[in-house]
Amino acid sequence: MGKNTTFAGRRWRGGLLAAAVLTAAGCGGGGTVSGETAKAPADPADASGTIKVLTHRTDLVQNGTMARYAEEFTKVYPKVKVKFEALTDYEGEVRIRMNTDDYGDVLMIPAAVAKNDYPKFFAPLGTAAELGGTYRFGDKTEVGGKVYGIAQFGTANGFVYNKAVWKKAGITGWPATPGEFLADLKAVGAKTDALPYYTNFKDGWPLTAWSNSIGSVTCDAEANDKLAGAVSPWREGGELHTIDSLLHDIVKDGLSEKDPNTTNWEASKGLIARGKVATMQLGSWAITQMRDAAKKAGGDPDDIGFMPFPVRKDGKYCAVLASDYQQAVNAHSAHKAAARAWIDWFTQKSGYAAAEGAVPALKSAAMPGTLKDFVDNDVTFVERSEAKTGEVNAIDNAAEIGLNKPDYRQKLVDLARGAQHGSLDDYFADLDKRWNEAARTAGS
Amino acid sequence: MTETTRTAPAKVPRATAAPGGAPTPGGGRRGGRVLRRLTPWLFLAVPLALLVTFTYVPVGNMIYYSFTDWDGVSPDRRFTGVDNYEQILTRPELFRVFFVSFYYLAASAVQIVIALYFATVLSFDLRFRNLFKGILFFPYLINGVAIGFVFLYFFQDGGTLDSVLSWFGAGSDHAWLGDPESANTSLAGVSVWRFTGLNFVLFLGAIQSIPGELYEAAQLDGASRRQQFRHIIAPSIRPVVSLSVILAVSGSLSVFEIPYIMTGGATGTTTFVIQTVKLAFQFNKTGLASAAAVVLLLIILLITWIQRRLVPDEKVDLV
Repeated sequence: MGKNTTFAGRRWRGGLLAAAVLTAAGCGGGGTVSGETAKAPADPADASGTIKVLTHRTDLVQNGTMARYAEEFTKVYPKVKVKFEALTDYEGEVRIRMNTDDYGDVLMIPAAVAKNDYPKFFAPLGTAAELGGTYRFGDKTEVGGKVYGIAQFGTANGFVYNKAVWKKAGITGWPATPGEFLADLKAVGAKTDALPYYTNFKDGWPLTAWSNSIGSVTCDAEANDKLAGAVSPWREGGELHTIDSLLHDIVKDGLSEKDPNTTNWEASKGLIARGKVATMQLGSWAITQMRDAAKKAGGDPDDIGFMPFPVRKDGKYCAVLASDYQQAVNAHSAHKAAARAWIDWFTQKSGYAAAEGAVPALKSAAMPGTLKDFVDNDVTFVERSEAKTGEVNAIDNAAEIGLNKPDYRQKLVDLARGAQHGSLDDYFADLDKRWNEAARTAGS
Repeated sequence: MTETTRTAPAKVPRATAAPGGAPTPGGGRRGGRVLRRLTPWLFLAVPLALLVTFTYVPVGNMIYYSFTDWDGVSPDRRFTGVDNYEQILTRPELFRVFFVSFYYLAASAVQIVIALYFATVLSFDLRFRNLFKGILFFPYLINGVAIGFVFLYFFQDGGTLDSVLSWFGAGSDHAWLGDPESANTSLAGVSVWRFTGLNFVLFLGAIQSIPGELYEAAQLDGASRRQQFRHIIAPSIRPVVSLSVILAVSGSLSVFEIPYIMTGGATGTTTFVIQTVKLAFQFNKTGLASAAAVVLLLIILLITWIQRRLVPDEKVDLV
C-alpha cells in the first residue's frame, strides 16, 4: 500500500510540475503563422466546421439575437455551425488570450494589438484593392497591402440631444460654432429644468468619443493621420484644441453635472430620454439605445436627435465616419473559409448594421435612418483615413496621453471645474510637449 | 463596568503530545524508512507545486518582462536591459502618486486604533458580544468590488450619505468625490470600514490568548481596567500590532481595488498600483509596468526591513 501511495504521489507531482512548465512555456507566445489568405468558399457547401465567434455584445448573445443571425447563416451555409462567446470585459480578456492560439475563429480586433502585429495574429482577407471596392474602412487594418479586418459597421460622431428640451429653450437650428453651442446650452440651463450636458465622466469611454470628432472640425479625412509627428496637436487652431476647449468650456461654465465621479452610463440613457439631461457627446450608434430608453420611459423616441460637431466649413457641417470593431480571422483557425464566410455574410446580409442604426461597412448600402437628420441637412460625411493610425497610436502610447483613453480628458474636466489646479493653456502646452517628445523618440 | 464582569475564558492552544513513531506495518524495514523520509515531501508536493506555479513562475516572468520592451500582446519582445528601471527612476512624476498613500496611511492609523479599542472592549464579557464581533468583522467578508459599488451610491450626489446627513440637518451640497482631497479622504474612509474587521480579529485573537489568571491576579491586586490594558494587554499583543503596522504600510503603498472601482484613478486618486495597471493595459508598456511593480516590491521590502530594525521583535514574557 505504501508503495502505491508513493507512486501516485510522484505522478501527481510530476503532473503539476509539467503543468508549471507548460504555463511558463505558454507565456512564450504563439507559434509561427502561415500567412495564407482566408478566402470565402466558392460554393457555400464547401465551407464546413464549427466556428467560434468572440464578441463584446453580451446583450445580443443573451437575448438570442446572435443565435437568430447564426440560424439564418446556417440556411446558406448548412455545414457550418456558429458558436458565440460573449465577453463582458472584451478588451481585457482577449488581449491576454492573444498570447495563446485559442482566441476563437472570428474575433473583433482588440485595440491593444499594434497594427504592425496584425499579420502575426490574423489571416489576411485579401488585398486592399480587392476589398476596397466592397467595404468601407478597409485601410484601418491594412498592413503591407493586405487587409486583415472588416468593420462590423461605422459610426458618425456628434451630439445626441433631446429635441423637446432644446425646443423648450427656444432653439430650433443647430449651433454653427462652439460659441453658439455654449450659448445654446446656457439657454437650456436657464429656460428648462434639464441639465444642459452630461459628461459620463465616471465611465470614461464616453469622454474618449470626443476624439472621434478629429476631422469633423476642419472637414479633413486625413486629420488623424496628420497627428503622426511632432505637430503640437493642441496648438491654437488645431483640431484637438477646438474639441477639448469646447469640453473644457462646457464644464467651466457649470453646464455639466455637479459630481462627475458618480455618473452612470446606464442611468444616463434614461436621463436623456426623460429630458433630465439635454445633450451628450456620443457616436451615432447610441441613438438606437437612447430611443429604446425613451420608449421604455414612455416618451417619444423621435425626441432623441443627433447633431454634428458645431463647426461649419463653407456653410456645411461635417461628420467623420470612423469604424467600429473590425472582424478578423484567427491565423491559427482550422476553419478559415467558414470563418471568412461568416464575416462576409454578417457584414453584408445579416442586417446587423441596420438594426443597430449604424453606418454600414458595405459601401453599396444606404445610410441608416438614425442619420436621417444628417442626410436631410446635407452634412458632409468624411470617411476617416487610417493610413497612419499605427504611427499615431505608437506616439500616443509612448507619450502616455491616450487620445482614446479617458484619463487625459478626465483631467481636463477636473481642471475646468477647479478640482485640480492649473490653467487650460498650460495643460495644452504640456500635452503638446509630451506629444512632440514622444513623436521624436518613437519616430527614430 | 461593574466588578462582576469577568474576563472571557482564555483559549490557550495546548500542545498535544506528539504521537510516538509507530512502526509501519508491512513492507520491509528499508522501504519504511524511505517512505518515512519521503512522507513530509509528499505532503508538501501539492502546495509547493501550486506555490511555484502560481507565485514564483509569474513573479519570475514579471522580473523578466521588466527587462524587455514587451507591449503585452506582441509575440516579439526586445531585451532592453535596465532601460525601464532607468526610466522609472528618472521620471519623478511616477513617484508623485505616493502622496496619495499618505491618506491611506493616516486611515490605517485610525483603523488600528479603532480595531484595538473594540478588540479590548469585546474581549471582556459583554452582552451581545458575539453579535458585535460579527458586525465588526462582516465588512471584511464582502468582496472589494461590491464594496466599491455600494459606496459609489453612498457618496453619490443626493445618495445615502447626503440623505443621512440631511436627517440630522447637516445636509450639505458637497460633492464627496468631487475634489482630490475629499475624494481621497472618502476612499480612505471606505478602506477603514473594510479592513477594521481584519485588524480587529487579529487583535482579539491575541488578547484572548492571554491566560485568564493574569487578569484575575491583576484584579486581586486592585488594577483598574486601564492598568490591565497598559500592563497586560498592550505588551502581550505587541507582535500582532507590529505585524498590523507592516501590513498597513505595505497596504497603503499598494492600494488598488477601492479607488480603481470607485473613481478609476480620476481626480487625483491614482495610486501607484493604478498607475502601473494603466501603464500596462492602457499604454501597452508591460515592460515598464513590470519594472514599476518590481520597484514597488523593493520599496515595501525596504520599509519593512527598516521597521524591523527600528522595532525589533522582542520575545514577550508576561510571567
